[in-house]
Amino acid sequence: MDIYRAHVLVCGGTGCSSSGSATLIERFNEQIAAHGLDKEVKVIRTGCFGLCEAGPVVIVYPDGTFYSHVKAEDVDEIVSEHLLKGRKVEHLVYVEHATHEQNAEKKLDDINFYKHQHRIALRNCGVIDPENIDEYLAMDGYKALEKALTTMTREEVIDEVLKSGLRGRGGGGFPTGLKWKFTYQSQADQKYVACNADEGDPGAFMDRSILEGDPHAIIEAMAIAGYAIGASQGYIYVRAEYPIAVKRLSIAIDQAREYGLLGENIFETGFNFDLNIRLGAGAFVCGEETALMHSIEGKRGEPTARPPFPAVKGLFEKPTMLNNVETYANVAQIILHGADWYAAMGTEKSKGTKVFALGGKINNTGLVEIEMGTPLRKIIYDIGGGCPNGKKFKAVQTGGPSGGCLPESLLDTPVDYDNLIAAGSMMGSGGMIVMDEDNCMVDIARFYLDFIVDESCGKCAPCRIGTKRMKEILDRIVEGKGEEGDIEKLEALAETIKATALCGLGNTAPNPVLSTLKFFRDEYEAHIYEKRCPAHHCRSLLQFKIDPAKCKGCTACARACPADAITGTVKQPHVIDVKKCLKCGSCMEKCRFGAISRE
Amino acid sequence: MDNMITLTIDGVSVEVPQGTNVLEAARKAGVHIPTLCYLKDINEIGACRMCVVDTGARALQAACVLPATNGMVVKTNTPAIRKYRKTLLELVLSAHDQKCLSCIRSTNCELQRLCRELGVENGDAFKGVQNEYAIDDVSPAIVRDNNKCIVCRRCVAVCQKVQKVGVIGPVMRGFKTAIESPWGLKLNDMACINCGQCITACPVGALHEKDDTAKVWAALQDPSKHVVVQPAPAVRAALGEEFGIPMGTSVTGKMVSAMKRLGFDKVFDTDFGADLTILEEANELVERVTNGGVLPMITSCSPGWIKFCETYYPDFIPNLSSCKSPHEMVGAMVKSYYADKAGIDAKDIVVVSVMPCTAKKFEAARPELGHNGLADVDIVITTRELARMIKEAGINFNLLPDGDFDSLMGESTGASVIFGATGGVMEAALRTAYETITGETLEKVDFEAVRGTAGIKEATIKAGDLDVSVAVCSSTGKAAEVLDAVRRGEKNYTFIEVMACPGGCVNGGGQPIVDADTRASVDVRAVRASALYGEDAGKPIRKSHENPEIKQIYADFLGKPGSHRSHELLHTTYQKREKYTD
Repeated sequence: MDIYRAHVLVCGGTGCSSSGSATLIERFNEQIAAHGLDKEVKVIRTGCFGLCEAGPVVIVYPDGTFYSHVKAEDVDEIVSEHLLKGRKVEHLVYVEHATHEQNAEKKLDDINFYKHQHRIALRNCGVIDPENIDEYLAMDGYKALEKALTTMTREEVIDEVLKSGLRGRGGGGFPTGLKWKFTYQSQADQKYVACNADEGDPGAFMDRSILEGDPHAIIEAMAIAGYAIGASQGYIYVRAEYPIAVKRLSIAIDQAREYGLLGENIFETGFNFDLNIRLGAGAFVCGEETALMHSIEGKRGEPTARPPFPAVKGLFEKPTMLNNVETYANVAQIILHGADWYAAMGTEKSKGTKVFALGGKINNTGLVEIEMGTPLRKIIYDIGGGCPNGKKFKAVQTGGPSGGCLPESLLDTPVDYDNLIAAGSMMGSGGMIVMDEDNCMVDIARFYLDFIVDESCGKCAPCRIGTKRMKEILDRIVEGKGEEGDIEKLEALAETIKATALCGLGNTAPNPVLSTLKFFRDEYEAHIYEKRCPAHHCRSLLQFKIDPAKCKGCTACARACPADAITGTVKQPHVIDVKKCLKCGSCMEKCRFGAISRE
Repeated sequence: MDNMITLTIDGVSVEVPQGTNVLEAARKAGVHIPTLCYLKDINEIGACRMCVVDTGARALQAACVLPATNGMVVKTNTPAIRKYRKTLLELVLSAHDQKCLSCIRSTNCELQRLCRELGVENGDAFKGVQNEYAIDDVSPAIVRDNNKCIVCRRCVAVCQKVQKVGVIGPVMRGFKTAIESPWGLKLNDMACINCGQCITACPVGALHEKDDTAKVWAALQDPSKHVVVQPAPAVRAALGEEFGIPMGTSVTGKMVSAMKRLGFDKVFDTDFGADLTILEEANELVERVTNGGVLPMITSCSPGWIKFCETYYPDFIPNLSSCKSPHEMVGAMVKSYYADKAGIDAKDIVVVSVMPCTAKKFEAARPELGHNGLADVDIVITTRELARMIKEAGINFNLLPDGDFDSLMGESTGASVIFGATGGVMEAALRTAYETITGETLEKVDFEAVRGTAGIKEATIKAGDLDVSVAVCSSTGKAAEVLDAVRRGEKNYTFIEVMACPGGCVNGGGQPIVDADTRASVDVRAVRASALYGEDAGKPIRKSHENPEIKQIYADFLGKPGSHRSHELLHTTYQKREKYTD
């Protein structure tokens, strides 16, 4: 094996790839070769680092220098300065949001974004080359599988998972070990393990990152699960919209087969297990377990009633154990380090860590993995760096379309399954979208409902028709056409859908409306009764006004207006004709005197 | 019994077999749980959510897909549940074309009834946009109006699971979900067999027969036309239901009177055609058996089955009896034999068939079913359409005296009347074939083995030295099972009867529509069939070949069964069909 004096790790996750990290890698390789360093420095494309806001990101080891927002033209400088001369390129080094500190000596773990994290599921993401099984093996890869197969009984494996307190990371939070146990107990000639990689929550991308950054972790965990429940075949159901994940997963499966870690007689224990990938066409509801299985079977992806549960009758009518990607990502570590190690982390009923996808009005957008029980405030402020541009925090949405919006007063809520539900939201798959004072909460509810309306499978009447009607009511409220009784109608519909819908997605579909009604009812009322959007967001309810006292008559606004709605003579205060105004905001952007306001 | 379980529903303790769903258990406890999508044994998918009940679990559960368990305590009538059900109905209404007054299913609509029963006061409570669909009325048999569809999927289930045809299914998603054919094709452009089982499964007016009553009224109105009507055996077993007469009552006499009052010039009986069919078919069977013809021979009376065979099992076309179906035989005889006798130009005769069947509308339009450029049958209306005509004409059906069919083709035997039930054709054929083969008189004419509503029935009948092995299947799904077994060489039959509709013609797609609740507690097929078997038992003549008018028609006109003229007028051919037309 070749020894290199330095490694350049370039993020090859979807985020950094789309901002050009592939070009960076080419450029690094060219430049390194041009400087004759190709025997000394190796460039590695890793999975996602998590700090997507700073992408494309590059780390140079052994120094651990963390470069952010790296452009192709920066590569020459990093190579000629850092790699050739050993001088770190200070001006390309990551800048801390809170302190504006730019310190080339700071290691990854010293950065605010990383130092509060505890990475178990994401342990190898951004660390290894996901397309090279040797790198995974070097990180204790497949050791857990070996341990399970050679030293543990099937019952012991299940018991370990059970004792670890691991719960389903896809959103349901069902105890993983129990699922394994139930499927183990089912008698059948054939059983299946399946992996739910149909990540569909808007803003959530932890499953994608794990598959892109550490695909072997999933393969190893599924093999362990197969051994435990007695299945020789597994299916990974992954969205077709995740091409990088699919590619790396395919490579990883091939490599695992080549190494005898999938296939027949694994570790010479007589255990046979193999995996197949099934591509999903991107229906949100196919994340629901029965719908997912129908989709794998080639049927229309829509849920069916349970019982029978998949543990009894699942894929192809055989007992099937389905776990989410992130759930699996914890399994090998639990087997390797023991249930007690894992259960020592987290809260009473929620053990271990959870990955969240931070997004929205937050400085450090990206993936974070924190110990269960970490307060929302810590995640949003200490890790996420708070809202950008000094805007005031208004709410945080967790749990995707099934979750809810929590206000500032609940920021000290420790994040775990039960506390989030008690607070009026839910864990979901781990989307965490921050909203600031400019976000209209009625419009936010409408956004999520719009998603649900698009994604409803159409099988059951309450979800098919009810969510559409709720969306129509929200549409008219934000358009300033809300009527007295609309809130009550929303509540009646929400309650009915929640109580009667066929599947979990339908049951939780009204949550964004219910939680915003609970915490931000005044915003709804302002829209309906005062025809006013308190966040000055809803266009139909906005009026742009020029303050004559502040207007200098510079005419910039009038020139910017696409609708000729602004009139006035030079050096005299201008006036907006509200009838002509398109409410585009161009005037406000152009005004240098702060004379234009939205009301 | 150890496979019985006990549960409590709304305070009533009820014992049911293991595996019963809560909805059926509640029915047994005298508790009616409303539903829109449930069709017992056919569509149990928990889609409409009207049947949600409280079992004390974290969430409400749909009773139709919830297995009853021992000791379960179920509440079906809480204030919350009543409120949800009402809201659900209001939602369904908001997406439903509410032109109820002019709807073909008005007063016989399950949605309408539930709204009334559950006290829905405002059909516009959740008014919003509606999907707009073009009406598919290209098929000669079935009209689909998706504007009325409530997406309950009963039609889909019956088409896929019972009939194994599967030409409709849910397309699109969410609010735009609709029941459509692949690639938006019209029913007529696909392998739809026109059986109409989707129509009788539909709780609302989204599916109905192509209404041909206007054509009948026009013919009756036209002084230059001589209009002849003929009702199928199964019509008399169900027509009364449209007038509040209990299911299972045979109303032959009133039906004939009503037809005469409607102004038909002659009322002949398709039963006569059934007797004629038996003579031709029994002869064909004997011919095939004795001369090494293609066996098993399969009946050809059911046009849904014929199209199914032509489309899905074309390798069995040589097995199909070449006999036209009974009403086509009558049509052919009316336009030849009767036209001659009555001295009427066949071109001036309009033959109207009243059928329990929608597929007969397609059948009548087959170009091969005619002679000298004239179709054997000009117009087919269903039992439901006849009932509408009687109502529209202001005829008080219930007070009508019994009338008699017109002679020449009005006489029928017990053998013919049971054509309307599954197994009937087989039994009628056996009565005649037995005597043809053995030359002996058949003393016991009841073949119990081929009676009953089972989807597949098998029997071996001894006729002299010959063992006639027969199978009877009803529903094309069951026919497919039998044919698959024959194909695989697992089964070997001499004669197979197939009826496209489960239970045979009594349960045809053109018969009065029975709501899902009634279907769950009454075996419609058996009750209607009992009317026919009752008629059979009461008939003085019970073997087709003993029908005096049949004897007469052979003596006067046809010669003998299988004669040249018979072949010209009473037999037909079939064609392989593609599943989709371009």
